[in-house]
Amino acid sequence: MNARQSPLLEIVDLVKTFPVYNAFGSRAGEVTAVDHVSFSIRRGGVYGLAGESGSGKSTIARLIMGLLTPTGGDVLLSGNNITGTLGTRAHSRQVQMVFQNPGSSLNPRRTIGQSIAVPLEAHSHPRADRRRRISELLEMVQLPANFAERYPHELSGGQKQRVAIARALAVAPQLVVLDEPTSALDVSVQAKVIDLLTSLGRQLDLTYLFISHDLSLMRNFADEVGVLYRGRIVESGPTAKVFEHPEHDYTRLLIASVPVISAEEEALRPKIPLIDGEIPTAEKLLALRESQRTTEVPKRT
Amino acid sequence: MSEALLSVRDLSVEFTTYGRTLPVLRGVNLDVPARSHVALVGESGSGKTVTMKSIMGLLHMPPASISSGTILYDGRDLLTMSRRERLKLTGTDMSMVFQDPMSSLNPVFTIADQMSTILKYADRRLGRSRSGRERMQRVLEVLAQVRMREPERVARSYPIMLSGGMRQRVLIAMALLSEPRLLIADEPGTALDVTTQAQILKLLKDLVEERGLALLMITHNLGVVRETSDYVYVMHKGVVVEEAKTADLFASPKVDYTRSLIDAVPRLTGARPTLPVEAAP
Repeated sequence: MNARQSPLLEIVDLVKTFPVYNAFGSRAGEVTAVDHVSFSIRRGGVYGLAGESGSGKSTIARLIMGLLTPTGGDVLLSGNNITGTLGTRAHSRQVQMVFQNPGSSLNPRRTIGQSIAVPLEAHSHPRADRRRRISELLEMVQLPANFAERYPHELSGGQKQRVAIARALAVAPQLVVLDEPTSALDVSVQAKVIDLLTSLGRQLDLTYLFISHDLSLMRNFADEVGVLYRGRIVESGPTAKVFEHPEHDYTRLLIASVPVISAEEEALRPKIPLIDGEIPTAEKLLALRESQRTTEVPKRT
Repeated sequence: MSEALLSVRDLSVEFTTYGRTLPVLRGVNLDVPARSHVALVGESGSGKTVTMKSIMGLLHMPPASISSGTILYDGRDLLTMSRRERLKLTGTDMSMVFQDPMSSLNPVFTIADQMSTILKYADRRLGRSRSGRERMQRVLEVLAQVRMREPERVARSYPIMLSGGMRQRVLIAMALLSEPRLLIADEPGTALDVTTQAQILKLLKDLVEERGLALLMITHNLGVVRETSDYVYVMHKGVVVEEAKTADLFASPKVDYTRSLIDAVPRLTGARPTLPVEAAP
């Protein structure tokens, strides 16, 4: 196996549980947000984690970033187990994140240049070179160098997200975690930001973990996907395969729910049985399938 | 188009802030015939929400002011009629499904309280009256229409006890309370998960069809346009740049802006979106 095909990031059996407290403040149990999740991302690849709210996708991002401590499982980067060093400075040199809402992930009291300088300072980038590096980064995300003097409120949403990308790239990481990077943007702006991410990925040989609930976007951007439902990956594989031949009922429901704009796309949407004249919820659909399965079993025996 | 239920003609709205006056709508024309399903689509800042607010009388004036135009509902101009007359229509004959199920409901009152209050004031404006019991009956009836399995339980609930999808259904039920003829929906379901959104759109489509309502769907999502409307208006920078039958718009957009908007949408087929021609991110 050559270096290109070897995985950059491997997630093995990752578990995260959160304690649940009752009204009196004593521990009432726990909830499993990430339930034995395993996947790997090849070097230079884009892995998409698709899931709805509560599926655990952001928790996985936070675990990989070291913003949360895993309850169990391992995180490997280039084959080295880094579970113990998650969240340390050494870790943040290799793994960076772009957050969902650029409006709130940039400090309104710092200029763009100061915001981008934060990771440079933290990783003791030579002081004399910082100004040059900041202009270089702004150029990479296709913003004029004089933006360094501006404040976030002077920028549009798309420009702010470019700044957030520049900041994430400041320390030249290998892996960038993108948590819904375009969900706050208009569709034309989204197209440009995604295009920028794609070309930066190629230029800098970046590996992306792309987290989104937007399946059409995922189909375009990711080359492999994992579908999360209640903390578990219910289906995963190459993007084209998962989208064209979804096997799990939840994946099928997700794809069937996407509002589309052409007949070709509509043909790709799996047919979901209506329950009481309505599109079923995931729970209902899965319960229905479960009951069909259990009623079929006695016939066979 | 002849005799539309709602007809907006040459509507111009401007906003004055810090002594500067900015045109926000510039000569908007739009028709919603009775029983038709019309969509108004645009990106943020295009003026679609200001159009909706002008129609519903929800604009804050100042800073906004309507500099020209008429909004005819059933042949009568909403902008020149008395406030009293207008209130007989808004929220009753023409009503609104709001976008955000999290913030559109009052957290300290039960669903039944909130819905019967709406009904009480709607009745009062129309010079009708009904008893508390009759109001409650109507509330339960409407909750059942939006396919709530246990209307009584939902009515007794506080918003926090309901899921996002259930709350969105409550908002739809609220809009249906006074048997409107026109429903204006402002991005319903965008705050929800994709599977829940699909349910809500299907429900809205079914309801509008069953009851013969006219629907004006305001959205930024072209997929939602295709799924819920027969006719569509595209707005850009305060102007309606294109209008067409929905199927025609997607098949052959006439205007560059519409084309670039359609081209920017990521496809489920995996075909790469092409970048908009317009400059500046």
